Amino acid sequence: MAGGGPSLMDSLFQRSLDDLIKGLRLSSPDNKLNFISKSLDEIRREIKSTDPQTKSTALQKLTYLHSLHAVDMSFAAFHSVELSSSAIHSHKRVAFLSAALSFNPSTTDFILLLTHQLRKDLSSPNHHDVSLALSTISSICNPDLARDLTPELFTLLSSSKMFVRKKAIAAVLRVFEQYPDAVRVCFKRVVENLEGADMGVLSAVVGLFCELTVNEPRSYLPLAPEFYKILVDCRNNWVLIKVLKIFAKLAPLEPRLGKRVVEPICEHMGRTGAKSLAFECVRTIVTSLSEHESALKLAVEKMREFLLDDDPNLKYLGLQALAIVSEKHMWAVLENKELVVKALSDVDVNIKLEALRLVMSMVSEDNVMEICRILMSHALKSDPEFCNEILEFILLTCSRNVYEVIIDFDWYVSFLGEMARIPHCQKGREIEAQLVDIGMRVKDARLELVHVARDLVIDPALLGNLYIHGVLAAAAWVSGEYVELSRNPFELMEALLQPRTSLLPPSVRAVYIQSAFKVLTFCIYSYLGLNGDVASEPVSDTELDNDNVVITHKQTPSTSSSKHNLTQESIMSLLNLIETNLGPLAGSDEVEVQERASNVLGLIKLMKPRIIGGLNQSEEDKIKEELKASETIKLIYDAFSEELAPVSLNSQERVPIPDGLVLKENLNELEAICGDFKLPLSTSFSLVKTRMLEKDATSISECQSKEESEPSNESTSLLSEHRKRHGLYYLPSESKESVSNDYPPAHDPKDKAIDEAEDLVKLTEQSLVFKKKSNPLKPRPVVLRLDDGEKSNFVSKKLEVKEDLISGAVQEVLLGTEASTSSSISKLSKKSSKGVPELKDNTGNNDLSEVSLAGSGRKKHNKERKHKSSGKEKEEHNNKDKQKSDRRHSKHKSRQRADSALAAQSQVIPDFLL
Amino acid sequence: MGIRFVLMVNKQGQTRLAQYYEYLNLEERRALEGEIVRKCLARNEHQCSFVEHRNYKVVYRRYASLFFLVGVDNEENELAILEFIHLLVETMDRHFGNVCELDIMFHLEKAHFMLEEMVMNGCIVETSKSSILSPIQLMEKAS
Repeated sequence: MAGGGPSLMDSLFQRSLDDLIKGLRLSSPDNKLNFISKSLDEIRREIKSTDPQTKSTALQKLTYLHSLHAVDMSFAAFHSVELSSSAIHSHKRVAFLSAALSFNPSTTDFILLLTHQLRKDLSSPNHHDVSLALSTISSICNPDLARDLTPELFTLLSSSKMFVRKKAIAAVLRVFEQYPDAVRVCFKRVVENLEGADMGVLSAVVGLFCELTVNEPRSYLPLAPEFYKILVDCRNNWVLIKVLKIFAKLAPLEPRLGKRVVEPICEHMGRTGAKSLAFECVRTIVTSLSEHESALKLAVEKMREFLLDDDPNLKYLGLQALAIVSEKHMWAVLENKELVVKALSDVDVNIKLEALRLVMSMVSEDNVMEICRILMSHALKSDPEFCNEILEFILLTCSRNVYEVIIDFDWYVSFLGEMARIPHCQKGREIEAQLVDIGMRVKDARLELVHVARDLVIDPALLGNLYIHGVLAAAAWVSGEYVELSRNPFELMEALLQPRTSLLPPSVRAVYIQSAFKVLTFCIYSYLGLNGDVASEPVSDTELDNDNVVITHKQTPSTSSSKHNLTQESIMSLLNLIETNLGPLAGSDEVEVQERASNVLGLIKLMKPRIIGGLNQSEEDKIKEELKASETIKLIYDAFSEELAPVSLNSQERVPIPDGLVLKENLNELEAICGDFKLPLSTSFSLVKTRMLEKDATSISECQSKEESEPSNESTSLLSEHRKRHGLYYLPSESKESVSNDYPPAHDPKDKAIDEAEDLVKLTEQSLVFKKKSNPLKPRPVVLRLDDGEKSNFVSKKLEVKEDLISGAVQEVLLGTEASTSSSISKLSKKSSKGVPELKDNTGNNDLSEVSLAGSGRKKHNKERKHKSSGKEKEEHNNKDKQKSDRRHSKHKSRQRADSALAAQSQVIPDFLL
Repeated sequence: MGIRFVLMVNKQGQTRLAQYYEYLNLEERRALEGEIVRKCLARNEHQCSFVEHRNYKVVYRRYASLFFLVGVDNEENELAILEFIHLLVETMDRHFGNVCELDIMFHLEKAHFMLEEMVMNGCIVETSKSSILSPIQLMEKAS
């Protein structure tokens, strides 16, 4: 028993699997790991036993622990292989099961050692051994195994035992995936099985094609007649569902095919009692046959049945099907809108989400307000998670294609404000972006925007809500940027400086202070009476104080009601307020906050003496001082009043490259010089930081700047390096793609909008829920759109040009794309039920071809030549096939068909096949 | 691949059977099982039997204390999978006679063999109960 080797004792007193399970059940949760590791020690010993029974039990136990208790069993891989050669079937099973459950096809090297055993078992007379081997192959097959076992599988594909044949078909799918060359060998036999009568075989082969068509359906078009026959004749729902899936893929490729299958599909839908089949029919029609109106109507009726059903499963699927159809046929959704809205309050969140998706797909400019109102009330009632889902959908839909559906921006802006106030709202980031975006894009919405922003900024309760700090930042920015539209800048200033702003993160606080700066500038500017040229109707303030010289308060054109008093006193108190609040912040350790606070304080320092005016000063000096102040403040004010506009993401591309600037040369040599000069990655902009760094790095940057100043060839790489570090400050150059992310354009905005609008008019007239609420009095304001970048810069989905080896091989087999080139080396098949009867020598499958081939090769060869010479004959064949297509069992005819398939290329095929 | 995995899990969230039709390593399996089971166990019987998780659609059904969960890809027919689960339960019922969690625990291998007969490579290949059971019965007779 040295070295823990297996002993007789181990074999005699080995714990069985049952013992292990019982032990596991009895052990307490704390003790379980202990128990498992103890058992594992036993197993490690037992598994080395020479007695197959002991080994098998050990492996059995290990497999159990592996599959249910996540115990690593890679150490036992060799033992699985060893045991698989046992003559006892039950041992073999244990071995193969452990292999199937634990081997990793791409990394377990021991799979190679199984090749021989698997081959032996595949040719075994015991069909249970064969079936076991097939199952194992289907789970652990790798390319080597697939290549080595293809000949055996080929034989089994026409096994007389249906039980075996069925499994061979299922296994061959895996082999095709791993080793596409196997298609050339086996495909024809697989296809032959389509005509078998055995349900198991049929089910397996249809399942196989169902999987194959998913990737590259076009290759399987020539088989449409076989599938059609199954669709019409078969009464097995499992098979029918798979066939329907195949047709869902094939029909879009060939309109004539759609016409043929739509009728039997509708028949199935009407006849069947099985919901699964009925649903599959619905899904097939809505995905692939939606242009067939009557069928679509039937499908929509069926969907309605599902939606009305009490079974939540059917409801869910009905909604999903409706979602598919909504892309092209909005009327189907509108017809069922009350059911959809009802589903919004379902107990199941999955159903609610589907309903939400559908509701949002109904949105148009006529009903957007109503829908948003309904959804808002749902959001308030819902749990936080779903509430945020709703908000996300609303935000996404309303901003789609540069706020396409929004006409009344005043409404939308206040709606955004409302959203931000929902207690569970976690969409602050998106609301923030939209508030700023609308501010820049929609001039007419700014007044309302400023009101909304004021309400947000002024509410001290909101400052404590972590999720809407972003919204507050946007609100603060809006109030500062458009302060001239504000009713009461003083109030705004108080709001921006309120004590609870200390709850804000530094980045937001910096925005607050910057806004305060703008508001202050505006106040002093108006105080000094410099905005006379802006205002259209200057209104003298009646409550003026006498000491001030030129105080006239002017209302900005659009500010409606209140006036603010601009007296020296009020300005002074404003300045004092700012000083008290921002004074401490000048020593803040947050650079952004500290710096901006210093800016404001600096401005106050500059202005204060001038506004107080030296009491002792003469009138002349006073005026002089004030003039100076005016100039300064005018400069600052002008700097701020320059309007910010959205910038096209592509705009940088349009900047012409100056002559003599070489951008494409490599700067790698600079690496050595400035390798140690690395700027820290800063996410926020601050002058202090860079200034400091500049100082630190002067010595290095001196030599660097020298190099830079000359248009040297290294500039590109430096530039890109810089860009990498400070991407933040660059406009994205690869913008074409990212644009569509920001504003996903609608599918086809124009045409559909009209259709939908008409539908919606009908809908809204009838419905109580979506009442029409159009504002003909209020035209849609101008929404600033950049002509290039944003406008449906829709990147059409890149067609995945996936090199599909399987379908390539299939096409070769079915259509004979290589017929002409390979005719000299090809041998021809005796019974070619479909497609090209060729198995090429050069693929190394000589032996296999001979299995299926026989003497008639010559004859066929000649035929092929004939076809090449005369196109008319080809057509004759086609016609013949058309007439007799219902009786295609006979070898003779199918051979004819194969011939014509060979000559006629893929476009002609569906014609004579159906 | 239609079916990606079949799981049987009890009410306490303990896995009783796990069959994957694509290779996942132990950590991935454990994570996946944990997440999915948590999701499904939290749902009640008035909710639908479909849960989307990562790139899977999980179709589940509860029988007494045992949950049957089948992960499929998006192409699969959900209702057919529900029927498949029922067929699986009926098959086991026929074999074990009023099947319960313990039967599956103590005869895990047989449960795997039944699944093996029904599903290969993620495709359902056999739906007749007697065909599914006949090899197993033969084996029992032999041993």
